[in-house]
Amino acid sequence: MDFSWIGQYYPYFIAGTVNTIVLAFFTVLFGVLIGIVVALMKISKNRLLKFVASAYIEFIRGTPLVVQISIVFYGLPVKFPEITFLGMEMERFIPGIIALSINSGAYVAEIFRAGIQAIDKGQTEAARSLGLTQAMAMRYVILPQAIRNILPALGNEFVVVIKESSIVYIIGIAELMFSSSIVRGATYRALEPLLLTAVIYFILTFTLSKFLGIAERRMRAGD
Amino acid sequence: MIKVNGLHKKFGKLHVLNGIDIEINKGEVVVVIGPSGSGKSTFLRCLNLLEHPTDGEIIFEGVSITSKHNDINKQRQKMGMVFQQFNLFPHLSVLENITLAPRKLKKLSKEEAEKKAFDLLKRIGLEEKANNYPGQLSGGQKQRIAIVRALAMSPDVMLFDEPTSALDPEMVGEVLDVMKKLASEGMTMVVVTHEMGFAKEVGTRVIFMDEGRILEENTPEELFGNPRNARTREFLSKIL
Repeated sequence: MDFSWIGQYYPYFIAGTVNTIVLAFFTVLFGVLIGIVVALMKISKNRLLKFVASAYIEFIRGTPLVVQISIVFYGLPVKFPEITFLGMEMERFIPGIIALSINSGAYVAEIFRAGIQAIDKGQTEAARSLGLTQAMAMRYVILPQAIRNILPALGNEFVVVIKESSIVYIIGIAELMFSSSIVRGATYRALEPLLLTAVIYFILTFTLSKFLGIAERRMRAGD
Repeated sequence: MIKVNGLHKKFGKLHVLNGIDIEINKGEVVVVIGPSGSGKSTFLRCLNLLEHPTDGEIIFEGVSITSKHNDINKQRQKMGMVFQQFNLFPHLSVLENITLAPRKLKKLSKEEAEKKAFDLLKRIGLEEKANNYPGQLSGGQKQRIAIVRALAMSPDVMLFDEPTSALDPEMVGEVLDVMKKLASEGMTMVVVTHEMGFAKEVGTRVIFMDEGRILEENTPEELFGNPRNARTREFLSKIL
């Protein structure tokens, strides 16, 4: 084991960690938004909406993430803006976040759908019997209870996003995995940079899990 | 106040309601009794369209609520409903349970809604529970809160779907007391129940249903004292 290269190359890992966090943050944000909308579509009475939501979920879950990312980055006839913002190349970051969000959204949608359907029908009936609209019942009565119940599953999905985001190194986004391959190329050492990468990923996911655990306990305290 | 014409409800092949005609007037306390599976709960749930009738018409305060162009949310604000399983919102405090609908639908301020909620809670003696959550209440307390939650919208009629059936026996009384008080204040009520004592004491009219039909309706004295239909007699002899 030789970690003497760290002194020279650590800035790559710091930049990579920052970029991984930025990627994961936006993926989780957009993934949850997509997920809620798709879940509501899937449980709606409109057949077209239902079909679109089901097709989307099945397609995303049935194809590899690396293929989806490649489709968005190489395949789509869209020109993403070539701007660099805080060292992040937007023409790579934007398609990366789009692909990851679309992917995560499908899984989040299933989590939300299950959570919403697990709430007793009597809750909706009580809300509607007071005159609340379907949308109000969903917003004030069903979703708050569903979110509380699905928090563990949702937290798990956030952890998955951090780990899976490593795959975007194939389209040249300078996140953690990308950093470790740069350092590997420069130092001719494979194991040590990868070990450091693994440790950083673990610290990220472990910290997140702990925070989510605290959030969960806070929400349970109301019961 | 409510007029029901030729109401039918089918669940698949199951014909649950088989032609119900009834008129419910202001100030009446109509008690619906009958064996389980007779369609009495379905009938009640049709009145505020929690179940959509397969056929027939329901007119509430002059408006046909079964018409396709009607927005049922408007009438539901005038029709309170109390469920067997209480259905309080477990993530909201007692006060929030009561004030949610008035604030969102009547656009009352938080202060106005809470003042009204406290007035109602005082009437049932539960004002000290305002900041508790439903999980901290007994069944009887939950159901009394559920009644107050419906009352907070100042409804013109209250629908009760077996309000005491899920309660421990010692808690039935406190819920019935609230309902009696409500009736004595002139509230129009439709009550599906197995509490024959309540039917006799508070009901202005008792309806006996079986197999999706109204087989007999009369004053409690007549229906319990002198039942005319053979099936009514059979039912009453089993439960009394």
